[in-house]
Amino acid sequence: MARAVTNRRKAIVTVAAWLIAIAIFFPIFWIVVLSFKTEGNAIKDPLEVLTSAWTFDSYATVQERSNYFRHFWNSVILSVGSTVLGLIIAVPAAWAMAFVPGKRTKDVLMWMLSTKMLPPVGVLVPIYLIFRDLGLLDSRIGLVIVLTLINLPIIVWMLYTYFREIPGEILEAARMDGATLRDEIIHVLTPMAVPGIASTLLLNIILAWNEAFWTLNLTAAKAAPLTAFIASYSSPEGLFYAKLSAASTMAIAPILIMGWFSQKQLVRGLTFGAVK
Amino acid sequence: MSYTFRALMGACAVGALATAAQAETITVATVNNGDMIRMQSMMDDFNEQHPDITVEWVTLEENVLRQRVTQDVATGGGQFDVMTIGNYEVPIWGNRDWLMPLDDLSDDYDVEDLIPSIRGALSVDDTLYALPFYGESAFVMYRKDLAEAAGVEIPEQPTWTQIKAAAEAMTDSDAGVYGICLRGKPGWGENMAFISAMANSYGARWFDMDWQPQFDSPEWTAAVTDYLDLMTKYGPPGASSNGFNENLSLFQQGKCGMWIDATVAAGFVTDPEESTVADNVGYAVFPNKEGVDNHGNWLWSWNLGIPASTQSPEAAKAFVTWATSKEYTQLVAEKQGWRAAPPGTRTSLYENEDYLAEAPFATLTKETMDAATPEKPSVQDVPYVGAQFVSIPEFQGIGTAVGQQFSAALAGQMDADQALSSAQQLTQREMMKAGYIK
Amino acid sequence: MVVPYPVHSEPERPLMATQHSRAAARLMISPAVLLLLGWMLIPLCMTLYFSFLRYNLLMPGMEEFTGWMNYRFFLTDPAFMDALVNTLLLVGGVLLITTVGGTLLALLLDQPFWGQGIVRIMVIAPFFVMPTVSALVWKNMFMNPVNGLFGHLFQSLGLQPYDFLSQAPLASIIFIVSWQWLPFATLILLTAFQSLDQEQLEAAEMDGAPALARFWYIMLPHLARAITVVVLIQTIFLLSIFAEILVTTGGGPGTASTNLTYLIYMQSLLQFDVGMGSAGGVVAIILANIVAIFLMRMIGKNLDA
Repeated sequence: MARAVTNRRKAIVTVAAWLIAIAIFFPIFWIVVLSFKTEGNAIKDPLEVLTSAWTFDSYATVQERSNYFRHFWNSVILSVGSTVLGLIIAVPAAWAMAFVPGKRTKDVLMWMLSTKMLPPVGVLVPIYLIFRDLGLLDSRIGLVIVLTLINLPIIVWMLYTYFREIPGEILEAARMDGATLRDEIIHVLTPMAVPGIASTLLLNIILAWNEAFWTLNLTAAKAAPLTAFIASYSSPEGLFYAKLSAASTMAIAPILIMGWFSQKQLVRGLTFGAVK
Repeated sequence: MSYTFRALMGACAVGALATAAQAETITVATVNNGDMIRMQSMMDDFNEQHPDITVEWVTLEENVLRQRVTQDVATGGGQFDVMTIGNYEVPIWGNRDWLMPLDDLSDDYDVEDLIPSIRGALSVDDTLYALPFYGESAFVMYRKDLAEAAGVEIPEQPTWTQIKAAAEAMTDSDAGVYGICLRGKPGWGENMAFISAMANSYGARWFDMDWQPQFDSPEWTAAVTDYLDLMTKYGPPGASSNGFNENLSLFQQGKCGMWIDATVAAGFVTDPEESTVADNVGYAVFPNKEGVDNHGNWLWSWNLGIPASTQSPEAAKAFVTWATSKEYTQLVAEKQGWRAAPPGTRTSLYENEDYLAEAPFATLTKETMDAATPEKPSVQDVPYVGAQFVSIPEFQGIGTAVGQQFSAALAGQMDADQALSSAQQLTQREMMKAGYIK
Repeated sequence: MVVPYPVHSEPERPLMATQHSRAAARLMISPAVLLLLGWMLIPLCMTLYFSFLRYNLLMPGMEEFTGWMNYRFFLTDPAFMDALVNTLLLVGGVLLITTVGGTLLALLLDQPFWGQGIVRIMVIAPFFVMPTVSALVWKNMFMNPVNGLFGHLFQSLGLQPYDFLSQAPLASIIFIVSWQWLPFATLILLTAFQSLDQEQLEAAEMDGAPALARFWYIMLPHLARAITVVVLIQTIFLLSIFAEILVTTGGGPGTASTNLTYLIYMQSLLQFDVGMGSAGGVVAIILANIVAIFLMRMIGKNLDA
């Protein structure tokens, strides 16, 4: 009897959850569908769209018009590069904040976060002038630096909240056993911190991949990532839904697939200290 | 995995080195309009002629492109070697020495062949600062089949009253057909290009001889009231976010009875592959208000200019002259037919029998371009040059802000009087800030 | 810094270690702090300097000191108040939708049901989509009154197509942004639900507490920290929303969907008035800091516990 009630309840929850999930996911599903249609069919009634012929034409057109792989490669380099560089700078900082907290630690952390609230448009011209003088315009290095800096506060904070959950007694015990600072980090801390670092890494790759202001404004051709690739399909002459869908699918597919595969790792550390 | 990865990296590096050793790379910034996209598919010819030059494309939407290139040229950023710019920018930038003068063109290029009004618009003190890729004025495009079915006739030189009557007759919103499609998307190059031209044809002007904005004049009130009236009664839904491209797409789908816009659109609405109405398009001159001797003909061209900050002036010049040459026109004609040839830049194109035969809109395009008078856009005296824009650097900002007001009025957020009075106010503010008026 | 010398019989090593590690800690934090300081201060100083200049990129060689003129023009611009209100509505609206929606969704997903893995993958997906792409897709494929899906839907129901982006521009943008951020809120809140003490809940159920009371008195207090985090992180990103507005409405019609970031963009990059744009930037920085202080207070209270 009790079993039957649970199953009925489970069925209701299942239906509700699936309906909501489908509604949330629908736009992504729809662009994938449209990307396999001709321009003429892509603007028809939804039912007609589904039943019309499938084609790869839009992908062919997009590939002919722009060098997808170079944009893709730039996106990979920028997002991975900036995340790795960010971690190199942030791991020691977060470690120190978590295990040797001072009076000002919290203030420093909050100040770091507040730097992210400044509107980037307000400082574009100064940055542009600096980049021009340093010869960093349209260079991957320049963009890696910018992306590192804009995401650094998030990286530090995420790692800090994660490190703080590592019990201090373990470190003390290790110290009593005569472990040096280096030993502490390599042998005690790192194994415990890997899930948190992995999750931070994933989140920041996503953020850097999707960053569209600096990547569009500081690049031209050589360093332009997928955000710039999309910008050239935003409103071409005539019908463009199928081409836009194909380009969109190509731009988001890599990060979507990566996100899905690493979902567990991403979610595990994505608590920002929200859970005790 | 890691082996393949490294091999791939290696291959990339080798490839990069190999090309760097012999080739010069130029970066071309362009707008994502149909003619430019067509140019990208013609690159085999250029590469054949100049195997030592690699061309990188940066294709952007008009507003973004304009912001990016202006910022780059004004700061001397040097990110681009060739920029696609309008005839609004060319004289202003040329005056600032931001563009490379193009005065030593070869005889083959035949500068004399460029349409005089366009050539004049791209010159400062008789020196060319950019070469025209395509040029346009504006005219009425309408559906001959719908007009016939509705029993209206659109004369060659219609007045606004006749346009309104035709729009009313052709509208059938249940069938998804709207009598008239006009630009509504805010932007000095979007809705303001059209509204300024329309205002000119009503006898209005942007500024009087003391640079006082004139939005409080009866001519502007009449023009804007009629514009809003036309669009709210006979226009498509969502018109306040429709620009050139959106309207083109609507017209191609057969949803517009009339469309008053750039002459260059004619080549696209008659393209049987893209347009469902290719065989049924008729043309007429830009309308005017009864009693005003001005058809509001605008003059616009998209041009290729070389910023002074380029590192590869010779390669850039080779590209620019190739893309705007007679041979390029010939090439497009051979590959995609004469109808697709970039219009409005060369007199010789309009003397070409093949082109005239295939492009029914050609004669009218040339006539309206010749009739355009940027130096005297209104029947009243003005202190500025420019038909559908005002050739001062501040205009981009002012035009776009004013365009926002008219777009808001079109969306039903305010009426014509409110839009005009806030346009007047903000223009006055900007002109005061810029020091034109005290 | 003065370190008291150990006079009493305190064991020596821990103190040495502390001293040692304090120095090490400072060394370890400094790269991050110095880099961010540089990233903040250098442009900030340039912005401050520009904000007192008459400086238009299109008119080189005319730069001159103008005192507070740029600030006067920026603050008296009728669009400024609109932008301020829109910014607050945008941030507040998205926060409200994502936290309430996220809580309810997390509550649902926390129940046992079939296909959890796939549902979670579907719900999380919008978070991975580039803001530009999602704005383009919503604008064209859904909200376009003629060819969009909603337009088709309205027509098949015999209704007049509704033009979302010009009739309700800000609400449409709030909707699009909420779609992007709902997964993030849901994920964090779901993790919080999962860490809830089940025994406490069951005990309450045994005592006959109704579901709503259990949610209100046990679950919600437990979620407070998670909600704080969602609010903080999202506020940081939402204050500078830009791409979604640029792509969909261009701030219009009129100023109906112009937020502060977009207003500054129009000043400094559409008009190329760097002086005025910089003044706007400084104003925005001051406002952002007020929000930051307010948030930090809130966070400080909620996160210390």
